[in-house]
Amino acid sequence: MNVEYMGLKEISGPLVVIDGVKDASFEEMVEITVGKNKRLGRIIQIEGELCVIQVFEGTRGISLENTHTRLLGKPLKMPLSMELLGRVMDGKGRPVDGLGEIYPEKSWDVNGEPINPVMREYPRNFIQTGISSIDGLTTLIRGQKLPVFSGSGLSHNQLAVQIVKQAKIEDTEGAGFAIVFAAMGVKHDVAEYFRESFQKSGVLDRVVMFLNLANDPVVERIVTPRCALTAAEYLAYEKNMHVLVIMTDMTSYAEALREISSSKGEIPSRKGYPGYLYSDMASIYERAGMVKGCRGSITQIPILTMPNDDITHPVPDLTGYITEGQVVLDRSLSSKGIYPPINILPSLSRLMKDGIGEGHTREDHPQVANQLFASYARVQEVKALASVIGEEELSEIDRLYMNFGREFEENFIAQDFSENRNIDDTLDLGWTLLRLLPVSELDRLSPEIIEKYYKDDSEDGDF
Amino acid sequence: MEHTSQGIIYGINGPVVKVRGRQAFQMLEMVLVGHDRLIGEVIRVLENETIVQVYENTTGLKPGEPVVSTGKPLTVKLGPGIMGNIFDGIERPLARIADSTGIFIKRGSIMDNLDRDKLWEVKILAEPGDYVKQGEIIAEVKETESVNHKIMVPPNIEGEITEAVCDGLYNIDQVIVKVKDGKQIHSLTLVQEWPVREPRPYCHRLPLDIPLITGQRVIDTLFPMSKGGAAAIPGGFGTGKTLTQHQLAKWANADIIVYVGCGERGNEITEVLEDFPKLIDPRSGRPLMERTVLIGNTSNMPVAAREASIYTGITLAEYYRDMGYDVAVMADSTSRWAEALREISGRLEEMPAEEGFPAYLPSRLSEFYERAGRVENYNGTKGSVSIIGAVSPQGGDFSEPVTQNTKRFIRCFWALDKALAHTRHYPAVNWINSYSEYTDRLEDWYSENADPEFMDKKTEISRILQEEGKLLDIVKLIGSDILPEEQKLVLEMAKVIRQGFLQQNAYHEQDTYVPIQKQYLMMDSILRVGTKAAGLVALGIPVSVIRRSGVFEELIRMKYNIPNDDLNSFDGLNNKTERILDEIGSDYRASGRVKEV
Repeated sequence: MNVEYMGLKEISGPLVVIDGVKDASFEEMVEITVGKNKRLGRIIQIEGELCVIQVFEGTRGISLENTHTRLLGKPLKMPLSMELLGRVMDGKGRPVDGLGEIYPEKSWDVNGEPINPVMREYPRNFIQTGISSIDGLTTLIRGQKLPVFSGSGLSHNQLAVQIVKQAKIEDTEGAGFAIVFAAMGVKHDVAEYFRESFQKSGVLDRVVMFLNLANDPVVERIVTPRCALTAAEYLAYEKNMHVLVIMTDMTSYAEALREISSSKGEIPSRKGYPGYLYSDMASIYERAGMVKGCRGSITQIPILTMPNDDITHPVPDLTGYITEGQVVLDRSLSSKGIYPPINILPSLSRLMKDGIGEGHTREDHPQVANQLFASYARVQEVKALASVIGEEELSEIDRLYMNFGREFEENFIAQDFSENRNIDDTLDLGWTLLRLLPVSELDRLSPEIIEKYYKDDSEDGDF
Repeated sequence: MEHTSQGIIYGINGPVVKVRGRQAFQMLEMVLVGHDRLIGEVIRVLENETIVQVYENTTGLKPGEPVVSTGKPLTVKLGPGIMGNIFDGIERPLARIADSTGIFIKRGSIMDNLDRDKLWEVKILAEPGDYVKQGEIIAEVKETESVNHKIMVPPNIEGEITEAVCDGLYNIDQVIVKVKDGKQIHSLTLVQEWPVREPRPYCHRLPLDIPLITGQRVIDTLFPMSKGGAAAIPGGFGTGKTLTQHQLAKWANADIIVYVGCGERGNEITEVLEDFPKLIDPRSGRPLMERTVLIGNTSNMPVAAREASIYTGITLAEYYRDMGYDVAVMADSTSRWAEALREISGRLEEMPAEEGFPAYLPSRLSEFYERAGRVENYNGTKGSVSIIGAVSPQGGDFSEPVTQNTKRFIRCFWALDKALAHTRHYPAVNWINSYSEYTDRLEDWYSENADPEFMDKKTEISRILQEEGKLLDIVKLIGSDILPEEQKLVLEMAKVIRQGFLQQNAYHEQDTYVPIQKQYLMMDSILRVGTKAAGLVALGIPVSVIRRSGVFEELIRMKYNIPNDDLNSFDGLNNKTERILDEIGSDYRASGRVKEV
């Protein structure tokens, strides 16, 4: 283990190749000394005595002669203890806030291991975020992975901050909560915006931040979400905390993966991304959840920007196949000045069905959500028609839909950055809007629910 | 050690391991890799190198570690203890792995596939002196309350029974019968082994003329599936593939369900594990879990085992088919399996065909789907394996290679539609793009068992939907107000069909499963109103008047209002709608506004 290998055989992008290595193991960490500084690398392919190593800090300044390399005999591990809370780490999980090393209670392999499906607990607990379009229509459940699909220039960061600020993450039984924030390839001021917001809402001492910024090495980006999730797993499963993990931006992560794949000379699949992009992203997203025998949970809110707002791009597409729904932000809503610009039609929460309704939120919730979706979908058809024949020519009922659509966007979807609506307010608001339509149009509501909620307008007295 | 071939690891690249050294490995042989004895399979043999795909995470493997041959291909154990259980992609029991390694699946956890300690109550059906052939039933075990597990003579064994034990309690290792085959004596236990990549033999195939009734109206009525058929459910994310698969797994009238969660979400497997023991099979009155086997290889579990999981699932299905059961295999999702092929192929540096998929993708897909079928077994029983494969096309685009190649080998195509899913119309089966080539074959069954007029009504329903499709193109341009009244009525009727018939609520106690008789009566009630209303429109009565009468809402709500076990209520409904429409007609006549015909 103390053998040092002098020099390299080949350097290609972020990868280096060493010859004559004995006793290397797959995915083992290595330490490469270049002049006075040390860099970390990981063995990603072994062929006899040849080892291909990805260098986390990049290969700048490395030549075939000026290095010596030492095998560390273990995979990349993350030091873990309760001291993590309130700390800032780099993309490899090493503290960069000048407060010294973490004294580890545990040290876990960052790659994690797959959760046995038998040991999972099916998530059913509603997290109120105070945002109507999420609570009412794409409900967030504790232990869910619910990404935000966004585009450059849209307000995904504000939305994430608002969720952190308002979400009732902790449970009534007193399990604590923590926030793990992983930045991958985002700009410095974006990371700073998050830090400030955490500070303002007074949760900074419960946040662990992992920062791999836009100018940090690309290879490091591959391990950033893994370090973050290892910390989250420790807090959730060892310390029984409810952990909310925010990861931004997954598109940068996938691009880093593509860059390494192309340096390795692998056969690309769609848009140059490697064929294993799905499996690789799954190994990150599937680390959300709840397990039997633990009170803690990991809820993930990954944020990704859709290149050219294209939802069929491989990154959002494959993400949607793995995650339990998605919240889609829309440029045309945003340009109308609507915040949060959530387009509810392609948005979805797969776990919502078991976490809402009687005993969770309110008995009318499933039907109201269904009806709002159906009616708003109809609004889109009417809008398309109106753009051809003009709004004046629409039938009476279609004009009601146009009005419903406007009110819905302006009063239900739109809400202030600091406005925190509870679930009853959200559902009552939904009813106020549905009353704009005649009962005969409300085909997703059962007669009993209509009887109970549609008419008692005056008693509620909202609006 | 009896294993003769042995090599040492030379190179490692993800799940692909290169082996050198003294070796005589067979193609597709199962090998044990490294000191941890990880399970692997030989996928390429070269002159001085063998390539192995490893079914577990290869982190920490080192060159120089041994690779040991097992002398047999990747096999599964077939015997009592499968039913109601959950396995990973290579038939390792996940519940017992959890007992030993906790929350996470650790590697190298070699386990017995089936419980070896459990004693089964065995009823012996064979006697010494009997001459038995392959497939013949020699004993029975009550595996669960719903499933009677038949112990059969394994394929390729034939001879006279020399010894047989008495009825009693036995574990799976104990010999129950000895068969003398020529000079060889075979000791048969409750268990047999079978290589997963090889179809199990049967006597001959039978025509596919019995439907797999699913209780889902859009499927049973418009696009029916045969027992022994193959179907695909393609759809982009969020269109409800998994929900549809779960519905079919719950309500299809198969005797056995094999549910393969191939590269999908862990929580979906957990959901099945939580739901199925609570749900009651409407036919047997027993929990659905008693007739269900789960293969769970989630997206974050090793990719090579994902490739194998499909074969493991279908082999278990064929085994129960051999006992004379109708088995349905749900594979969710075959795209993940195809991607596993692509990943391994990429690491082998094979020349890719379309979108990086290997050139052998179509042949692998056809091999898989051809294992579906309804057959007569060697023991004289009839059984079937139906395959329902979900396809997850990239970007929701059905022109991608997996969807296109799958279409060539299936005959039932249930295309899920994003636009329908956005309006929360579930099941989001698009009635224009979907098809079933089994319909003609099933016509007789529907006439005899549902109603002689079933197919006529179905054709009429399809016709209205097709016509709506055409009219909607016009409406998009000019609005519906300008259409003639007859065409407005078509739009109204189509709306009734979409909302009242095609849409089905999986979470509603009555609507989640609808018997075929009720499906027929629902169509009948809709078409009655359609005919009668057309008569009124011909008299010059505007469609808006009919709409205001609430008759269409009566139809849309019948799926909730009429319970599955009270089909006589349809008479009441029909009388009511008839009365409403008659009243409209007589009011109009009285007011003298009726057109003379």
